[in-house]
Amino acid sequence: MIEVSHLKKWYRVHRRQPGLAAALRSLVRRPYEDVKAVEDVSFSIAAGERVGFLGPNGAGKTTTLKVLAGLLFPTEGQVGVAGFRPQDRAHGFLQQITLVMGQKQQLLWDLPPSETFLLNRAIYDIPRAQYDATVAELTELLDLGPLLGKPARQLSLGERMKCELAVALLHRPKVLFLDEPTIGLDVSMQATVRGFVRAYNERFGATVLLTSHYMEDVAALCPRVMVIDKGRLIYDGALPELIRRVRPDKRVILRFSKTVERRDLEALGTVVEHGDAEAIVQVSQDGLQAAVARALASLPLRDLTVEDPPLEEVMRDLFAQGRAA
Amino acid sequence: MSVRAALRAYPQFLKTGFASAVAYRAEFLIWMFSTNMPLVMLAIWAAAARSGPVGGYSQRGFAAYYLCALLVRLMTGAWIVWELTMEIRQGVFSLRLLRPIHPLWQWSAENLAAIPMRGIVAFPVVIILLWLARGELSHDWFFWLLLAPALLGAWLLYFLVQAIIGTLALRFESASSLFEAWLGFSNILSGYLVPLDLFPSAVRVLAVALPFRFQLSYPVELMLGRGTRVEMLELLAAQWAYVAFFFVVTRVAWRSGMRHYAAYGG
Repeated sequence: MIEVSHLKKWYRVHRRQPGLAAALRSLVRRPYEDVKAVEDVSFSIAAGERVGFLGPNGAGKTTTLKVLAGLLFPTEGQVGVAGFRPQDRAHGFLQQITLVMGQKQQLLWDLPPSETFLLNRAIYDIPRAQYDATVAELTELLDLGPLLGKPARQLSLGERMKCELAVALLHRPKVLFLDEPTIGLDVSMQATVRGFVRAYNERFGATVLLTSHYMEDVAALCPRVMVIDKGRLIYDGALPELIRRVRPDKRVILRFSKTVERRDLEALGTVVEHGDAEAIVQVSQDGLQAAVARALASLPLRDLTVEDPPLEEVMRDLFAQGRAA
Repeated sequence: MSVRAALRAYPQFLKTGFASAVAYRAEFLIWMFSTNMPLVMLAIWAAAARSGPVGGYSQRGFAAYYLCALLVRLMTGAWIVWELTMEIRQGVFSLRLLRPIHPLWQWSAENLAAIPMRGIVAFPVVIILLWLARGELSHDWFFWLLLAPALLGAWLLYFLVQAIIGTLALRFESASSLFEAWLGFSNILSGYLVPLDLFPSAVRVLAVALPFRFQLSYPVELMLGRGTRVEMLELLAAQWAYVAFFFVVTRVAWRSGMRHYAAYGG
């Protein structure tokens, strides 16, 4: 469904120093430099896949997404989405894709979302029966009923995002580009959005490419992740494998029936947190079995669980490794 | 992108544009009172013509001219350049590009749909005043027949020029100062501030050849019945030749702009 081969996207950026003198100088002489936002990225995504696109700010995620959506011309390389060259922005291509940007809205600001629905019905030439069925389905899935008649400007951020998703999916696109769709939303609204994206993907077999700073989004939605840093793809594969590769350690979470000394925990591994009733110890993969056995034998335990390190930490370590390299 | 798809969607664009225009109540009040320059000019010239006609215009002649100018201005409003520049800066322009209908179709409908609302107070007043000055208006039905395509042509010229200048923002991030410069020339050379036949002959020769005349003066000339039927038909052809020219330039500028568009704003 998506094929990217040796994609490069460079921007030409005007550089100048701060201050009035520099501002005046820039009127006469304007130094430019090329910023390499994306450098030789290749991947392919099959129809119906859900893929998470991870990377720090400025890594090239959104630029790649915009190239795939046909908003930016690639500087070099080939890109194909649903059999089209995105930059041609052919009618058939635009009918099959959608891009939701958490920080941008397509809802008409002063009008109720139902007006934007009607507008998109006309733009995408959606037959009346399909439109009615889709609106009914989306209204139920996202609980939009009470929101459709209120001006968009009077909706809360979460309510607006639900309506944004509905508007973006009204034409039943086959490819969803989601750029930070849960940004700024509370935990329960994030879960609603995730559940909805998964349901849409399963119902229509749509391909989903998602960028998010909330690792929960990626962990819950995407069996496959691609990691981009400084414009280069540094990982493409399953999420558990990425975690194993970057952080081959485990976190043992211990809950006690009475207080335990720190030195008793240090015998198991690196102590990450230590409280009266609970502690977290980081243990290498190889030493896990022995550490667990020792904890069970020597500590006053009420409970013991073993987890992967938090995804945020895995990412932080991954990008730190990238920078050190 | 198919023209047929755009035409099918156009009635909904107009409805949405009208709904948006009604939502901006405060904005129309400002708009209504900011398009009053012809009335200011009318007061000045009417005072100058008190002791006798100026350049062939009596007081009633000036009244008819500026009322017609106000009417034409109200009926040919376009403001896409501001929206285009703002949306490019804010990054929401990208969302328009994702739709399978060219953004200019929707903008044109938004602009057209708002015109009746923006003139809702001014239109009746101007029409009543023009009725009182009807002796100064054309009595030839043919001229009034030409007025419809002339007004459409005038609006298209405003719209397309703004689209071209706004499209420059795809390369340079902002184009509003260039539009201000265009507007300055347009206000003078379109006959908005001063009737073109009051200019010195050298400026008049320039003014009648440039496209500005067709944005305002030509429809006003039709309403006032200046010239012969043949001359007015020739001017209509010239106006639409400019429309065709600016249409081609818009397409070229748009394509070129899209290649350079950097989709700023996240």
